[in-house]
Amino acid sequence: MSDPADLTDLTLGEALEGLRGRRFSSEEITRAHLNAMAAARPLNAFVLETPGQALAMARASDARIAAGEAGPLEGAPIGVKDLFCTKGVRSTAGSRILGEFVPPYESTVTANLWRDGAVMLGKLNMDEFAMGSSNETSAFGPVVNPWRSQGSNRPLSPGGSSGGSAAAVAAHLALGATATDTGGSIRQPASLTGTVGVKPTYGRCSRWGVVAFASSLDQAGPVTRTVEDAALLLRSMSGHDPKDSTSLPVEAPDFASFVGRSPRGLRIGVPKEYRVEGMPPEIEALWAQGVAWLKDAGCEVVDVSLPHTRYALPAYYIIAPAEASSNLARYDGMRYGLRVDAPTLNEVYEKTRAAGFGEEVKRRVLIGAYVLSAGYYDAYYLKAQKVRRRIADDFATVFTDVDALLTPTAPSAAFALGERAADPVAMYLNDIFTVTVNLAGLPAISVPGGLDGQGLPLGLQLIGRALDEATLFTLAGALEKAAAFRARPERWW
Amino acid sequence: MTIDAATVRKVAKLAHIRESEDRLESLAKELSGILQWIEQLGEVDTDGVEPMASAVALALPLREDVVTEGGDPAVILANAPAVRGAFFVVPKVVE
Repeated sequence: MSDPADLTDLTLGEALEGLRGRRFSSEEITRAHLNAMAAARPLNAFVLETPGQALAMARASDARIAAGEAGPLEGAPIGVKDLFCTKGVRSTAGSRILGEFVPPYESTVTANLWRDGAVMLGKLNMDEFAMGSSNETSAFGPVVNPWRSQGSNRPLSPGGSSGGSAAAVAAHLALGATATDTGGSIRQPASLTGTVGVKPTYGRCSRWGVVAFASSLDQAGPVTRTVEDAALLLRSMSGHDPKDSTSLPVEAPDFASFVGRSPRGLRIGVPKEYRVEGMPPEIEALWAQGVAWLKDAGCEVVDVSLPHTRYALPAYYIIAPAEASSNLARYDGMRYGLRVDAPTLNEVYEKTRAAGFGEEVKRRVLIGAYVLSAGYYDAYYLKAQKVRRRIADDFATVFTDVDALLTPTAPSAAFALGERAADPVAMYLNDIFTVTVNLAGLPAISVPGGLDGQGLPLGLQLIGRALDEATLFTLAGALEKAAAFRARPERWW
Repeated sequence: MTIDAATVRKVAKLAHIRESEDRLESLAKELSGILQWIEQLGEVDTDGVEPMASAVALALPLREDVVTEGGDPAVILANAPAVRGAFFVVPKVVE
């Protein structure tokens, strides 16, 4: 590797090699990213830049590298979605209701990253409480996708809810970023920004210190520019945590060692229910291309059926709001965050929550309160949980026959900001291919497959068996190699 | 299933969110649209299906019933909107 003129051109893997080889310091590569962030403020990807902390962490990393005590991610600057609580650094979940909340504790996932030597550049913008698919529900305003359609200046959405994470990585403002995925919030933005996003098996990453949206679905994962980089970040993020009762007591394997292996002999299922009406022909074509790439790499590809797929989104829009209405009950203006003063306690609650929550969050809390209310609990909530079981059983059946599934990640390329904000159900359909995996608790990865006719990136999704991220990394590595996706957004900011 | 403004008012009360009267009608329309779209779940045969509440097939782990951390009220109170001494200040709840 020859050193590029700009250290932000490196992948995480290349940067770690350069840091270990002392070809440049963590302080140098951290400064390069801080400068890129300062120049990229029109993207609105960061809600808080932490240059002082970044440089202090970088210098500490340089000292550890000099002392021969480098951790696996030593000196690598990354961004953190603002859903992760960071000790002493404002954490807002993209909501006004948390106000200037400064956590007195560190989330387990970010603590694991700092333990392994990573450097924090700042906190990344997101849809409020991770509820959204366009980053437009953020109290800080939308993130702008670094990608633009050919010949157009129209600002596009980076997807959501991890829009800041995806945009920052796509624009080379960070070597990688943490993100979270409740219904597609890592994979859909990855698809819309030409980045790699992993939603690991439920329980792989601790949820402790991650602001809760829907606890039975929420899972942290990385956004990066390469499959290997995603494997490196995920390994550090993963691991059993006694502070999260749903954290799985398993060791994370060396995921990166599975990237670059041959997928020869693996059986891949193509679920026919994911061929939905109105799917753009370019996405169908990319899907077919993905099948061809995996066949060329020696995989056997078979058609499979997941008959309850179309019911996943409606089930999700009962389960997730129900859990959210319960989780968000804690925002009452008493112990932290916003408080709107009023004469009585109930008025304080009501006015604080009215002022603190945005429209989409209110809609979901109301839906959740409704489906959990007396008389509707069985008809809605229990019914949705039964449908959830059907969806999980569909996957269990196909995974007796195949090793992984290949689908598109999202039903469209990046769309214009404002284009879908008026119709909640139209916005929810963004997650049609991703939400099934959250309900079943399975791992999935989105890999950039190519560009559409407008020059916008499109992603392919691989879905695996529970705790079999390793196979996904092998297959994703094969797709990445075949797709040879090198495009990056032309800099306009 | 459609819901009307009165139901929205009731649910908003349950959720402790103040909604202005002139917003109730439009909210009822939005929520009805979402609920109508959700109705299609009725097509799924779920007789005898066990509800799935978690994607983890683990028994809830138990830990020793001991104090793990604490004893630092200043940390707990650091983000509070109103504090007096080592206490959160809240509106009067008893007349």
